Amino acid sequence: MSDAPLLVVDGITRRYPGVVANDHVSFDVGRAEIHALLGENGAGKSTLVKIIYGLVQPDEGRMLLEGTPYAPAEPREARAAGIAMVFQHFSLFEALSVAENIALGMEDPPPMNALATRIREVSAAYGLPLDPMRLVGELSAGERQRVEIIRCLLQEPRLLIMDEPTSVLTPQEVEILFRTLRRLREEGRSILYISHKLEEIRALCDRATILRLGKVVASCDPRACSARELAEMMVGSSFTQPERTQRPFGDVVLEVKDLDLPAGSPFGTSLRNVSFKVRAGEILGIGGVAGNGQEELLAALSGERTTAAGAVRLDKEAIGRLPPNPRRARGLLSAPEERLGHAAAPDMTLTENAMMTGAVRRHLVERGFLRWQAARRFAEEIVQRFDVRTAGVEHVARSLSGGNLQKFVIGREILQAPRALVVNQPTWGVDAAAAAAIRQALIDLAEKGVAVVVISQDLDELLEISDSFAALNAGRLSEPRPTEGLGIDEIGLLMGGVHGAAPASRNGAGQEETV
Amino acid sequence: MVTLEKRPEPSEPWRWLAPLLAVALTLVAGGVMFALLGKDPVAAIRMIFWDPLFNETFAAYARPQLLVKAAPLILIALGLSFGFRANIWNIGAEGQYIMGALAAAGVALALYPLDAWWLFPLMIVAGALGGFLWAMIPAFLRTRFGTNEILVSLMLVYVAEAFQAAMALGPMRNPEGHGFPGSRNLQDYPAAHNAELVAGTGMHWGVVTAFLAVVIGYIALNRHLFGFQVRLTGQAPRAARFAGVDADRLVVICLGISGALAGLAGMFEISGPSGQVSIDFNIGYGFTAIIVAFLGRLHPIGILLAGLLMALSYIGGELAQFGLGVPAAAIKALQGMLLFFLLGVDVFTNYRLRWKPGRAG
Ligand SMILES: Nc1ncnc2c1ncn2[C@@H]1O[C@H](COP(=O)(O)OP(=O)(O)O)[C@@H](O)[C@H]1O
Ligand SMILES: [Mg+2]
Repeated sequence: MSDAPLLVVDGITRRYPGVVANDHVSFDVGRAEIHALLGENGAGKSTLVKIIYGLVQPDEGRMLLEGTPYAPAEPREARAAGIAMVFQHFSLFEALSVAENIALGMEDPPPMNALATRIREVSAAYGLPLDPMRLVGELSAGERQRVEIIRCLLQEPRLLIMDEPTSVLTPQEVEILFRTLRRLREEGRSILYISHKLEEIRALCDRATILRLGKVVASCDPRACSARELAEMMVGSSFTQPERTQRPFGDVVLEVKDLDLPAGSPFGTSLRNVSFKVRAGEILGIGGVAGNGQEELLAALSGERTTAAGAVRLDKEAIGRLPPNPRRARGLLSAPEERLGHAAAPDMTLTENAMMTGAVRRHLVERGFLRWQAARRFAEEIVQRFDVRTAGVEHVARSLSGGNLQKFVIGREILQAPRALVVNQPTWGVDAAAAAAIRQALIDLAEKGVAVVVISQDLDELLEISDSFAALNAGRLSEPRPTEGLGIDEIGLLMGGVHGAAPASRNGAGQEETV
Repeated sequence: MVTLEKRPEPSEPWRWLAPLLAVALTLVAGGVMFALLGKDPVAAIRMIFWDPLFNETFAAYARPQLLVKAAPLILIALGLSFGFRANIWNIGAEGQYIMGALAAAGVALALYPLDAWWLFPLMIVAGALGGFLWAMIPAFLRTRFGTNEILVSLMLVYVAEAFQAAMALGPMRNPEGHGFPGSRNLQDYPAAHNAELVAGTGMHWGVVTAFLAVVIGYIALNRHLFGFQVRLTGQAPRAARFAGVDADRLVVICLGISGALAGLAGMFEISGPSGQVSIDFNIGYGFTAIIVAFLGRLHPIGILLAGLLMALSYIGGELAQFGLGVPAAAIKALQGMLLFFLLGVDVFTNYRLRWKPGRAG
């Protein structure tokens, strides 16, 4: 075998209205190499791999696969050339079995029995436990991803592309995935791996190409750089990591007691007997893989769904029956996970989005009439205080990048001076600098004596900022414990992600990155 | 290859250009259609869109008709627009229109021959209430049992029509009518008559109400919490729930408003231009108003213009029917084209064309 790289990308450019998603990008992927593609949100990583996979056509530039020109007009050609891809968003039918889903993606699928046997073989060979006969709707996120990976492996690819594969996995599931990827490398296959998680990249990858605003800005050996250095290359400037502080806690502000709530959607999770207390100045981190009741918990706290009166208490007052705005009036604020469509209205301006939740506490409505001037000033205040990058508050929410919209959404609640704040996945799909800013803002809020609940599947984040930790698994919450001295293995077990045992099904739709 | 690409933000110029372009395209396509029918396209178009307003022979009759026909369309469409924005689909305005007319006429006929200033205001209240209550049936069924308001409201149109026929033949029949179906003519009942306010203009209380409703609708949509909740619910229902909008309450209010305004339109019609409860005095304003609402892009000012344009096409259409022998179906097709082109051109507000070399992904 020659030493020539497997894939050469040469001067690839792709423009979208208003942005150059890829600007003369050149790099190569070697044989038997795990190659990381790193960059902030919107840096152009997904666009680049879609070009390699034939989903998007470049405006300029060329590619070479094993030295010969390669220009796939559609994914089928890419697959024929030995390139497979696992997407950021799964494209599976929940009502069909694993084998049926895989057959749907094949050009001429073998008989179902033969296919099931092949799936079992591959899953055994690569240590990816998966029963071909189960319904996809019953699978955890990690298992769904295995379906996608096995679908790819059945094609015996030379290059496997993975776009942010670990964002939905438990630590144990990540371990299994990494073992599989390393085995693939040993077999001489190459992997192009996209992730935000720098520690992961350092543990797994042989080389990293770093994109910023569509351009390649650096290339390095990630094992030889610190996570911090990598992050600064991505952002292009240095930024301060949030710092946790020791602070005294006050009285209990938010108390949830024996909260039961049926699932909100067919593939959602019911909450059972959830109890916790948060004191003034305390940050409670609630870990767990999304789909284990996180959305339901947020809805029960925001007031979108009501419960027994005493199940939720704010400053001792039973508020479980109150709808969202009376809760806001009392100081319980929240920010849901899904930015576009839930926390914010995509086609409304930032001013209108400020009006959306700020009306009560910021007095933006006077006897039923809207005070647009005041709403506009509030929106401008959020933009300015939280460094939201936008051309102005008259632009619609969906025109903002994910990280900037998230800063806006969190800032909108923080600037309303809450008594207690509940956030779900505050930094999901947000770039490193914005994530650091959001975490710092949450810590600052706790410093002021606010009770904060952070629901997140990013364990590093929870370990970084939370004072106590509990895991939400299959709708049940573990006993909160002080975060100090808690090991990652212990947390993994609390989260219930022990391999093979599906903790709970999840609804893929709730989790999509919508940037 | 040409592909559509979503714009990062809706285009402001297109928002205004789209209706104008749609009208232009309708004129062209309509002209082609008339030519294929063997009519002179220019003459047909002129007779439909120009003569009712500016031809000396026709304008004297047609201009007042414009207001008379546009007022109910505007009133009903405006009421519907709030619900449509919030994804609450009242398709049965025609039924609410009938029930409003019957309620108002019922009050007047029951008190016949009353001569009191308060009869007309009382009829207005009765008309609004009749339409409102009829709309509460789909509202109740939807919020209580999750039924589809499209089907329920539509079905209730046929119930209302049957009820109207029964009234015209039964309790409301004119006792001095020599056994003919139909009620007394309210035009001959001074206290109940919705007469022209200024002779020869077509201006009556319904027209005043429609203009007033446009102004109030505009304020409600842009400056009031209600309008904000409606827009939020339509654009992002989950965000609306998060913002504290009570979805059921909104269903009741939106259906209630559209029902009451449709009922009002029915009241002004039965007490004025139509005059008499007959087995089929309704002529489809409730359905045409749906087109007007969309043609006016659910915006109060747009609806005002769309209502006038639609009324013009009706009046001009009738002229062309008599004057040039253009078939009635061709006039309907013309109106359909207008909506078709508007919705089609509308795509460019949110999307743009992109020229792509090679194959699409
Ligand atoms: N289909 C599209 N239409 C318009 N803009 C797009 C499209 N896809 C991506 N972009 C833009 O291209 C840039 C790069 O996006 P993407 O490749 O998804 O970045 P990443 O995966 O690194 O977060 C972003 O600014 C994004 O808004
Ligand atoms: Mg991406």
